Amino acid sequence: MTFLSNLINGISLGSVYAIIALGYTMVYGIAKMLNFAHGDVIMVGAYISFCATTYLNLPPVVSVVLAMIVCTVLGVLIEGLAYKPLRKATSLAVLITAIGVSYFLQNVALLIWGSNPKTFSSIIRLGSVSLFDNKLIITAESIVTVLACIVIMIALTMFTKKSKMGKAMRAVSEDKDAAELMGINVNVTISVTFAIGSALAAIAGVLLCSAYPVLQPTTGSMPGIKAFTAAVFGGIGSIPGAMLGGILLGIIEIFSKSYISTQLADAIVFAVLIIVLLVKPTGILGKKITEKV
Amino acid sequence: MRKFTKLTCLVLAVAVLAVCLVGCGNQAGTSSSAGSADAIKIGGIGPITGAAAIYGQAVRNGAQIAVDEINAKGDVKFELRFEDDENDAEKAVNAYNTLKDWGMQVSLGTVTTQPCVAVSSEVDADGIFALTPSASSTDVIEGKDNMFQMCFTDPNQGVASAKYISSQNLGDKIAVIYNNSDAYSTGIYQKFQSEADKLGLNIVCVKTFTDDSANDFTAQLNEIKAADADLVFLPIYYTPASLILAQADKMQYTPKFFGVDGMDGILTLENFDVSLAEGVMLLTPFTADATDESTKKFVETYKSKHNEVPNQFAADGYDCVMAIYEACKKQGITADMKADEIGTKLVECFTSEDFKIDGLTGLGMTWEKTGEVSKEPKGMVINNGAYVGMD
Repeated sequence: MTFLSNLINGISLGSVYAIIALGYTMVYGIAKMLNFAHGDVIMVGAYISFCATTYLNLPPVVSVVLAMIVCTVLGVLIEGLAYKPLRKATSLAVLITAIGVSYFLQNVALLIWGSNPKTFSSIIRLGSVSLFDNKLIITAESIVTVLACIVIMIALTMFTKKSKMGKAMRAVSEDKDAAELMGINVNVTISVTFAIGSALAAIAGVLLCSAYPVLQPTTGSMPGIKAFTAAVFGGIGSIPGAMLGGILLGIIEIFSKSYISTQLADAIVFAVLIIVLLVKPTGILGKKITEKV
Repeated sequence: MRKFTKLTCLVLAVAVLAVCLVGCGNQAGTSSSAGSADAIKIGGIGPITGAAAIYGQAVRNGAQIAVDEINAKGDVKFELRFEDDENDAEKAVNAYNTLKDWGMQVSLGTVTTQPCVAVSSEVDADGIFALTPSASSTDVIEGKDNMFQMCFTDPNQGVASAKYISSQNLGDKIAVIYNNSDAYSTGIYQKFQSEADKLGLNIVCVKTFTDDSANDFTAQLNEIKAADADLVFLPIYYTPASLILAQADKMQYTPKFFGVDGMDGILTLENFDVSLAEGVMLLTPFTADATDESTKKFVETYKSKHNEVPNQFAADGYDCVMAIYEACKKQGITADMKADEIGTKLVECFTSEDFKIDGLTGLGMTWEKTGEVSKEPKGMVINNGAYVGMD
């Protein structure tokens, strides 16, 4: 029973990683850049939702929508102000800028909300489900997180496969210059990618803090790094890959904490990543890309 | 012409330099003479912002109340300046240097353990007397003659917790969750474990976490639940403790929780559902609901100034300043003395056998040569969102 319970906790934690990883993977697939500020957009989303429910007494659903709107605007702003001017620069310059934006967001949050941790009240106001004489308890947060993760993945896959904007995204990800020649507005496509990624970050932030209710300006950084790992693990650039990577990472983390050692859990997670990358350098579901010389 | 310009420049440069030096000399002169006319300068360092902010703010407020009371009496004058270190060792050393430039004569060390270990070696090198309100590791005082503690050392907390649990028969199966990336938490756990072995306590499960993995405790709690523990010992700070309480509640797992002084502060965490902490026990030297005169007076003053019930850290801060005050009176220390001179005299006083302090955090407190304090801890339990003494 402990095994089942650990498995469910792992999937639930992994689903949060997966939703965050989707943001990393989409931006990487289309703009070919690692947006290290993604983890901090999560934190902003959680703070917006916290303020909406605690200070303005808005209903939870409204607070999530509000957080999504603020994060979408923030994501587009970050892209326009910090990354767009560097579109032709080296990838290293963009990477450093992303790290800069990450610290900027953390420090702004520090100024606005202060550094005292706040307790996030869960937006999911449902009871837990108990099975087998209370031996197995599944929290409402776990169920909602997993469902949200599945719905988001299906919606994103449909969007990139069927919609016009989705097709444009795939075209830009394959060949930016050719896409531009075909009449696709590359800048708009990248902005939309950032908008979607940031809206997902808001949802991830709310779900993360509902499950682990401590909110402070550094809340997003560690889950952000783990989710980035998950994206690489699953194959960066691939949407199902991010999902698979996230959930596997969550399960490995919880299982190694339970059955091997709580002290070595993080080391084991990253060791698994190294092994996977040695065997399959593009990640589990990553496509093999032949670089044209 | 060119030579002439060079010469003029040289002369001007020398003149400017001389004026500067004189200026500096004057400044230093005025500040020290102002010091002698005014007050003994006490410097405090602690987290005013950051995850451990509640401790630093409480110590600062408590110490300020003591300073105000002493200045109202008028026989010795104190001036307190408190610097933020965000619970970061590097920032604490910077804060210490800032205070030294300001002319600090007595130090309150720092509030939290890791920064205090860094600052204590500076204190030792400078010969400034330091009395930390709450940095509890033995690393803080080890090998330093002029570094003293107002709180229990970590080993003492671990030993006292084990003894308390054993004597009050609080649990048959005991589990522990501690932070193994933190010196404070690990220190308490190790002593707890060895004392528990001696006393024959049944420890069924020991789990750890690190600062980087202080989010998800479901795995640890699942194991502990499977081991059927009825008491969980949490020698950790209140932020991760609040997560553990919330996650245990969601799992419908309701053992007794037993914390140490790091647990103090959980009730003032913003938006925290205090019903989760109902029945949590902790060992602490100070209870705000104690009925003695000095505690009542302190609690009232603190409430009227800061609109909340003071925790143990506030009382530690208050006691530190009061102990320094008593020692200053005894040794006839005045504000015009040099910091290292004061240091030597205060060390002599604190280690002398007849120096006893009755404070808020204990009666008849004395200090060892090592810098360790000796006093008795009290058990507290959280009842209806407030601390209540257990016995």
